[in-house]
Amino acid sequence: MPFGNTHNNFKLNYSVDDEFPDLSKHNNHMAKVLTKELYGKLRDKQTPTGFTLDDVIQTGIDNPGHPFIMTVGCVAGDEESYEVFKDLLDPVISDRHGGYKPTDKHKTDLNFENLKGGDDLDPNYVLSSRVRTGRSIKGYALPPHNSRGERRAIEKLSIEALSSLDGEFKGKYYPLKSMTDAEQEQLINDHFLFDKPVSPLLTCAGMARDWPDGRGIWHNDNKTFLVWVNEEDHLRVISMQKGGNMREVFRRFCVGLQKIEEIFKKHNHGFMWNEHLGYILTCPSNLGTGLRGGVHVKLPKLSTHPKFEEILTRLRLQKRGTGGVDTASVGGVFDISNADRLGSSEVAQVQLVVDGVKLMVEMEKKLEKGEAIDSMIPAQK
Amino acid sequence: MPFGNTHNQMKMNYSAEQEYPDLSKHNNHMAKVLTPAIYDRLRSKQTPSGFTLDDVIQTGVDNPGHPFIMTVGCVAGDEETYEVFKELLDPVIEDRHGGYKPSDKHKTDLNPDNLKGGDDLDPNYVLSSRVRTGRSIRGFCLPPHCSRGERRMVEKLSNEALDSLTGDLKGKYYALKNMTDDKPVSPLLLASGMARDWPDARGIWHNDNKTFLVWVNEEDHLRVISMQKGGNMKEVFNRFCTGLTKIESLFKEKGHEFMWNEHLGYVLTCPSNLGTGLRAGVHMKLPNMSKHAKFEEVLKRLRLQKRGTGGVDTAAVGGVFDISNADRLGFSEVELVQMVVDGVKLLTEMEKRLEKGQSIDDLIPAQK
Repeated sequence: MPFGNTHNNFKLNYSVDDEFPDLSKHNNHMAKVLTKELYGKLRDKQTPTGFTLDDVIQTGIDNPGHPFIMTVGCVAGDEESYEVFKDLLDPVISDRHGGYKPTDKHKTDLNFENLKGGDDLDPNYVLSSRVRTGRSIKGYALPPHNSRGERRAIEKLSIEALSSLDGEFKGKYYPLKSMTDAEQEQLINDHFLFDKPVSPLLTCAGMARDWPDGRGIWHNDNKTFLVWVNEEDHLRVISMQKGGNMREVFRRFCVGLQKIEEIFKKHNHGFMWNEHLGYILTCPSNLGTGLRGGVHVKLPKLSTHPKFEEILTRLRLQKRGTGGVDTASVGGVFDISNADRLGSSEVAQVQLVVDGVKLMVEMEKKLEKGEAIDSMIPAQK
Repeated sequence: MPFGNTHNQMKMNYSAEQEYPDLSKHNNHMAKVLTPAIYDRLRSKQTPSGFTLDDVIQTGVDNPGHPFIMTVGCVAGDEETYEVFKELLDPVIEDRHGGYKPSDKHKTDLNPDNLKGGDDLDPNYVLSSRVRTGRSIRGFCLPPHCSRGERRMVEKLSNEALDSLTGDLKGKYYALKNMTDDKPVSPLLLASGMARDWPDARGIWHNDNKTFLVWVNEEDHLRVISMQKGGNMKEVFNRFCTGLTKIESLFKEKGHEFMWNEHLGYVLTCPSNLGTGLRAGVHMKLPNMSKHAKFEEVLKRLRLQKRGTGGVDTAAVGGVFDISNADRLGFSEVELVQMVVDGVKLLTEMEKRLEKGQSIDDLIPAQK
């Protein structure tokens, strides 16, 4: 947890050797990249808001590795982190995002009409569809680093913006600190409520500070469009519904997101974005689109097939348990989503999910009938 | 957790009111004391090592209250914290330590010969006896705030000192990173930053007999523990004093002293451990007494507290309680252990009475 240590004035009295973390048992992107030399070069730097190298890396030191996924092991505390600590973060980004170079440009495409198909994923297999992204509000430090005053200001701005939504987006804000038991239970039943982070990936980076101050959930009356305020990012925007109509989910996602962005811009608070990194978020893994489009899908047979992992890799998809980023799957139901975030657009990523899930459902059906799927194994996308 | 936020330079652009934490659901010493006015006066300050008010209080903001004990809700990051933030910490100390005033002086007495009795607590009831304290090494930041370099130096110095112990105290150091281990899970500790970089530079030293242990870099730089099965608290305390005094002289030989002053005694991370830093206690069976309506009252009058047998934030299991001194500051080490010895003897008598279905009303003590 990047606390006091990370702004301890005495640490520069100790040599780089004395201060360099022990990463010998570690397996995350930060540990792969951070050498002693690099640590020595960056350790006395800080962003204008005071975020230090030790702040960036503490979560990766405290969490050596994860059984299910290769973690990033570093976070940004503000927009400038990606610039001040680029010597560390550029290689991490390159490693995480398939060789993305410091000179590469990222493309944003939130025009849902560019998606082909996606309205007919088989609901006998595809239980639910969901698209989420994050957004950061320019001028404020990010969740690992923001003060209570900043966090509350973000909440206030978010409520103002969301209150002005209408039509299918008309909804209500539920601040975590004043939620009634009944409201809480309903939100849990709807699978909307986010808990105080218990994942050490998040707690070690400081994102649980002052919980539940400044945190809340907004959702529309139909319960198909949600915004989480001040969890892992300033805003997490989510479109979801039961069944396999990913096209509808994505339409609502794009329309809602753009409405929200317009309102924030009108109040002179744009989202953090640049043409190299796309949308700037807390975790380097979410740069670019910040988009995770996915389904909960029943794949009891395919998931036990020896080529399951290979197929996912080729389709540029990843699996998770149905409880979220660091959970295991239950009952053969998997969360399948796009693996990429940076270097391809929103439309392209959702297209991969739509096409990939269609294929995997076909494979599952074949395996159910005891047939081989060898001819269906795709080429690397 | 007092991370980045606690040294976020943008926060001074927000008013004290905008930054003041919401303590409306909180029940800890920090929350009782910290008004918006105090927050305003202290929020721009920091100690020479850079520890801020937000660093001090973050654990209390993140942990509103504890079901079993009234928590302190604030920590020190270095020796100077107690001076720079005295406006907050003096009232916390006063509230926690029975009205201890900023002008009061604390007495240290580590002479085990001054303890009367204590070698005959009934082992049918008293399963084990233990005395612990903490020590901080002057010149280094405390566990919520120390850097890896500082923590490693504390480990190195501790090893050098402990390696030169002899006789009954001769022992060995076991670095946590070479063992499978428990990371602290108590949110009280996690929220204050003490688990950072775990298990780097953490370890346990113990003598060959396993009756004298030193924890390095857990909640304090050093935690010194003397323990054994059964009820011979006198022997436990003898070993405790002898070992501790030896360790202190070994550190002094190398030019390092313990943080101590005549007002606060030994300076430790948690304000609740100032003074002696001493918790002397037993694990004892009190299945009948613990259900008696006056159990809490009796403990209070004896100046004792109960805990579960897993430590500070656990529940009792099977009628076995951890009974220890409640005070730390304003009494000497000998005085506190005496209270435990005398109090445990009395509780044992009461338990025996209740077993026989007899009343204990005549045994209820006056307030010590």
